Order: sequence, then structure tokens, then C-alpha cells
Amino acid sequence: MSSDVMAIQTAEGIADRPWVQTLHEWVTTVDHKRLGILYILYALLFLVIGGIEATIIRVQLMRAHNDFVSPQVFNRMFTMHGTTMIFFVAMPLVFGFANYLIPLMIGARDMAFPRLNAFGFWLTALGGFLLYFSFLGGSGLYGAGNAPDVGWFAYAPLTSRAFSPGHSTDYWTIALLVSGFGSISTAINIITTVLCMRCPGMTLSRMPLLAWLNLVMAGLVILAVSPLTAAQIMLSIDRYLGGHFFDTQAGGSAALWMHFFWIFGHPEVYVLVIPAFAFASEIIPVFSRKPIFGYPVMVAATICIAFIGMSVWAHHMFTIGMNSNANAFFVFTTMAIAVPTGIKIFNWLGTMWGGKIQFKTPMLFCIGFLFQFLIAGLTGVMMAVAPFDWQLGGSYFVVAHFHYVIVGGILFCIFGAFYYWFPKVTGRMLSETLGKLHFWLFVIGFHLTFDAMHIPGVLGMPRRIYTYEPGRGWEIWNLIATLGAVIQGLAILIFVANLVLSYSRGPKAGNDPWDAWTLEWSVSSPPPSYNFASIPTVSSRRPLWDRKHPEDPDSRYE
Amino acid sequence: MSALTTSLTRTQSAWALPDRGKVGMAFLIIAESAIFTIFVVAYLFYAGKSLTGPTPREVLEPPIFYSICLLSSSLTIHFATKVLQRERRGAFLGLLSLTILLGALFLYGTGREWYRLIYEHGLTISANLFGTTYYSLVGLHAFHVTAGLLMLSIVLLFGLAGRVGGEHSARLDVLSLYWHFVDAVWVVVFTVVYVVAR
Repeated sequence: MSSDVMAIQTAEGIADRPWVQTLHEWVTTVDHKRLGILYILYALLFLVIGGIEATIIRVQLMRAHNDFVSPQVFNRMFTMHGTTMIFFVAMPLVFGFANYLIPLMIGARDMAFPRLNAFGFWLTALGGFLLYFSFLGGSGLYGAGNAPDVGWFAYAPLTSRAFSPGHSTDYWTIALLVSGFGSISTAINIITTVLCMRCPGMTLSRMPLLAWLNLVMAGLVILAVSPLTAAQIMLSIDRYLGGHFFDTQAGGSAALWMHFFWIFGHPEVYVLVIPAFAFASEIIPVFSRKPIFGYPVMVAATICIAFIGMSVWAHHMFTIGMNSNANAFFVFTTMAIAVPTGIKIFNWLGTMWGGKIQFKTPMLFCIGFLFQFLIAGLTGVMMAVAPFDWQLGGSYFVVAHFHYVIVGGILFCIFGAFYYWFPKVTGRMLSETLGKLHFWLFVIGFHLTFDAMHIPGVLGMPRRIYTYEPGRGWEIWNLIATLGAVIQGLAILIFVANLVLSYSRGPKAGNDPWDAWTLEWSVSSPPPSYNFASIPTVSSRRPLWDRKHPEDPDSRYE
Repeated sequence: MSALTTSLTRTQSAWALPDRGKVGMAFLIIAESAIFTIFVVAYLFYAGKSLTGPTPREVLEPPIFYSICLLSSSLTIHFATKVLQRERRGAFLGLLSLTILLGALFLYGTGREWYRLIYEHGLTISANLFGTTYYSLVGLHAFHVTAGLLMLSIVLLFGLAGRVGGEHSARLDVLSLYWHFVDAVWVVVFTVVYVVAR
């Protein structure tokens, strides 16, 4: 088909094109922007599913001796909630934004390997499908077991044939294996894109922090997801070929699975939080009307976090009885990681300090993130103290802590990113009124749920407990937590409504609604499929500032 | 303004970024190394912890000849890339075929060793911890050799059809990186399985 025929087709209107053709275009696309959107829509779908599972858990725990669901269903719910939220919500969201934004921000026309990019997305999609297919196919020939119910970290020997008959655990294994291959291929793609596709003048020290931080994130994915892949292969060998890796009766070790899982599991936290840092590092400067404070230190602190983050995993295992040398090592590394993280918080505060702060919705979410992530970090340092962990490990205090990180820290930044880049992706602004309502409702719901959750943990409530006796002082806190979950659900509904309504009715955004400084705002909204008509050349960290203020360009000071 | 333009042209002409293929392959190799590391750790962790026999000392014999085959195939792929750069297609096809032959010989060696272990010594993947870790680690490596052989065979087929020329030497370079990696992993696996944990 010649190019003028294509042009006529686009011009003649999208309306009379058959929907099959549109679907075909989206399914076969290798465009980084479309794949980014696919990742994000896919993650939003699973966010709703995972949210429903969380609500079922919260309703079950609302009062003592509740039997809203059976214990078997409860086990499936917390397993599926954890697995879904980490692998099929948080990871695809992170990859979706990275896919969409990195080429635009570094002045490239696409990722380094567009077809590999599509391959990665469809593998992730297949993984999520397999996980949820277990609800139908998990019984296998045995008629026992349904969805996976081994917990999201699937400790041995729960995963052995004796305790997990049927195929539900295998669906869990294969889902993570398949989506893991997808994650690794996307990570390789991100690294190669950042290293090999930058536009002229964009040296590593001029790259937007988002590109830098996603580069580090992708490196962590490669080092962290690969061990999980290896461990899942071993588990499959145990379950299908009669291997003994995690079979204690044949001399295998249950603790080895824990090590292998957490060698993945802890860096995974940084895989998720570093892109959240990236969003904050782009949004906070723009709405403070100041360049980021301490750019090189931010990069160094990120690399430092990734480096230390690879050697803290066993702080998830203080309660299994490691020797005191191992305990001491992991206490120190875990505490050390608070230092670069603290540096980052001070840098964001330094960026806001003396700035002309605009309290738009993206900025509100980032400010919420700053406060909540600080508290999450502080309870993290508490948990890092091994004796303290012996008391509270495996309690609701831990559940509260990591939800503070993932919801209060990561999800808040992701919401901020939605409000900030939605105009670029769709060409329409999200409603500020609905956005602020979403923010405040979510803040209230979040704090009701997760502040309250710390206390029954301190009072001895174990995580994953199906129900509990009255009169232990747990009831009121659980009731508050459930109430907060309902408010959060309401806020999410407002957010989805905002996305849907603003997509068709929001005010036109124009190229650069926030008066920002990175290259994605130099092209139209939504960007053309080729991104840049001519590849830009940059000479500072804020190329658009240079273009808007030729009398006082940044390049003069860098 | 003219000063600005000249400085821009200078940046553009000096603007060189690393080759995508090599960078992508390098990070694939890092990811694969992480997977192998976990299997090697499991092998070392379980060395000598089997509750029943057979033990490595009783049954393992270092496959020295086949190891030499695999390691020398690194040399042949290297020279195959070199001669392809110089457009010597006949030599390229010969060296590439030799590489594939050496790799296939290695796989044959693994197959024979497994046959001997299974039928003479009763060592299967479910026999004991040694069997579980041995077949997984060596099998994971053999799987990578197979994948490499498949890719090399595709190149050979294109080469026999006369479709591979000097302009493709950079791509063959990327593939040879993978093959070198497979060989380097064998050095580690050999050391761990046949020397350290025997």
C-alpha cells in the first residue's frame, strides 16, 4: 500500500473503519505508545480484579467469627490478591509508563526492539490469563484445589504434591514463569533503548531522571526476576518430574526456596518503587517551577539503592532462625538502604523548597507520596531490627508496612503519573475537580485502612488469619480498616469515571499543558506514531526550557 | 547563530552510541547468568546431602573429549565471523558447519553420559538430590546448547542459500556472543559438577 493511500484512509475518518480492523491494528502493533497503553489498560483491569479480592478479604475480617467466605476461598483470595497486584498490576503499570515515556523523553522514534516489546507484552498478558484460568482449570483430574492457595510467596512444603494436589499451584508457577520471561525481555529492551537510542546531545548526564531511574529498574529486573524464573523451573521439576529441590523428606531444603524467592522478592520492591521515584522526580520539579535539586546525587542514590537492594533479601526471613552472623549482615544492609532513600526524600524537599508550588492533582499525589513513603520507610527500619522482627514478623504490622510502601508510596506516584501524562496520551485534560475528590477520598481511605492495620499487628494478629476470637482488641481496628477499603474503592471508581469522562469530554490539552521541560511535551498530544518529525538535538537537562527561554538556556550553567 | 550551528553539527557527527544488538545480547547474557547462578548455588548447596546413592564420586566421569569439542567451537565461530567480514563465503560456511558439528558432538556426549547414568547406575532426576540437581543444571546448559545450535543452523541454511554476506557479519557477531556465553557457562558447570562437588 503506498503512503498516499494510507494518508487518505486516515484522513477520511476513523468512524467508518470496521472495528475488526482497529482491533487487528492494536493486537499486531509494535508501536511503543500503543504497547504502553495496552500494558496500562491491562493493569487497570487487574487492579479492579485484585481490588475485589482485597475487598473480600476485608469483609471477611470485618468482625470476629465472620464466615463471609469459606477458609479455602479466603486462602485463594489472599494468594490471588498478592500475586495479581504485584505481577499483573504493578509490573505492567511500571512497564507501560516506561514503554510509553522513555522513547519520547530521550528523543527516539521507538524502543530498540519493537517486536520484542510486543512479545514481552503478550507474554505478560498470557501469564495473567493462565493465573486466572486456574479458577476453571485448576482442579485438574484430582477434583481438589481450585485457584492457587499457597500464598504469594508459596513457601515449601505447601507447594509439594502432597499439600497442593491438582494443578492450581502449577498455574501459579507457569503464570509467573511466562510473565517473568516477558518482564526480562522488556527490561532488556528498556536498557538497550536508553543506552543506544538517545537523540544527539542527550548524554547520560542530561537524560531525564525518569529514563535514568527506569534504566536502573530494568537492570534490577534482569538480576531479580531471573532467580525467580530459575526457582519456578525447580518447583516445576519437583512437581512434574519428581525432583527433590524443596522436598525435605529427601534431604531438600524449604529454606532454600525462601532464599530464592526473596532474592527476587525484595529487589522486586525496588523494581516497583524506583519508577515511582521516577514519576515524583519528573512531577515535583514541574509543579515547583524549579529544576530538580541534586540531579547527580539522585542518580547516585538510585544506583546505590539498587546495589544495596540486591543484598537485603533475608530480612524477610529473620523468623526462620538463621545464624547471628547472617542476621547481623541483613540488619545492617537493610538499615543502610534507608540512607540513599533518605537522600532522595531530602532532594525532593529541596526541589520544593523556595519553589512556586502549584497544587495540581499530580503534585498532590506526589506530596502524599512523600509523607506516606517516609512513614513506610520508618516502619521498614523498625522491621529491620531483627529482635523487633521476631516479635512482629508475619503479623498485620508487616501487612500494614508493605501496603504503606506499595499503596501509599508506589500507587500514589502512579496516580500522579496518570494525572500528569493523561493529557499527553489522550490529548485531553483529566478533570481537576474529580481528581482532587479522588485524591482526598483516597488519602482518607488509605489512612483509615493502613494506619489502623498496624495496631492489631502489634496486638498479635497474624497475617493470613481466616478469622479471630472476639475480645482481643482487634475488632475495632479491623472494622476501621474495612471501612477505609470501601472509601478507597469509591475513590478508584471516581478515578475510573474521570478517565472515561475526560477521554471524550475533557478540555483539549495542547502540546504542553503543564509548561514542562522534557521532550515528550514538544510533540503533539497524542504524539504522532513516528514521535518526532525530525530527531531533536538537546544541549541541557531541560531541552524545552532552552527552547522557551533562548535568552537564558540551562546549557549555560551545566 | 552560526557558532551555534557549527557546534550542533560537531555534536551530531561525534554522536555515536553502542550497537543495539550487542547491548541487548549482553544483557540477555547477564539475565541468563543469573538463572545459571541460582542452579549452580542449588547444586553446591545440595552437594553431598543426598540421602541415598548413587553419589557423584561413584558414577561421574569428566567428559573431557566432548568438553574440548564444545570449547573449540568458540574458536571456529570466531573465525567464521572474521572470514565472513572478508566475504570469504566458502571458508565461512565450512567454519560454521564445523561449529555446528562440534556443538552437536557435545550434545551427543551429554546424551551418552545420561544414557549410561540412567541405564547402568539407575540415576534419574527423581533418584536423589544429586540426580535432581545434576540433571537440572547440565540439562539447562544442554538446552542452551540446543537453542544455540538451532540459531546457528538457521544461519547455515541461509548461508547455503547464498543469502549471508559480509554485511551480516555484525549480526553473526551478536550470535557468536551467545555461543561464547554457552561455552563459558560450560567451564563453570564442568568445574562445579566434575571437579569441586565430586
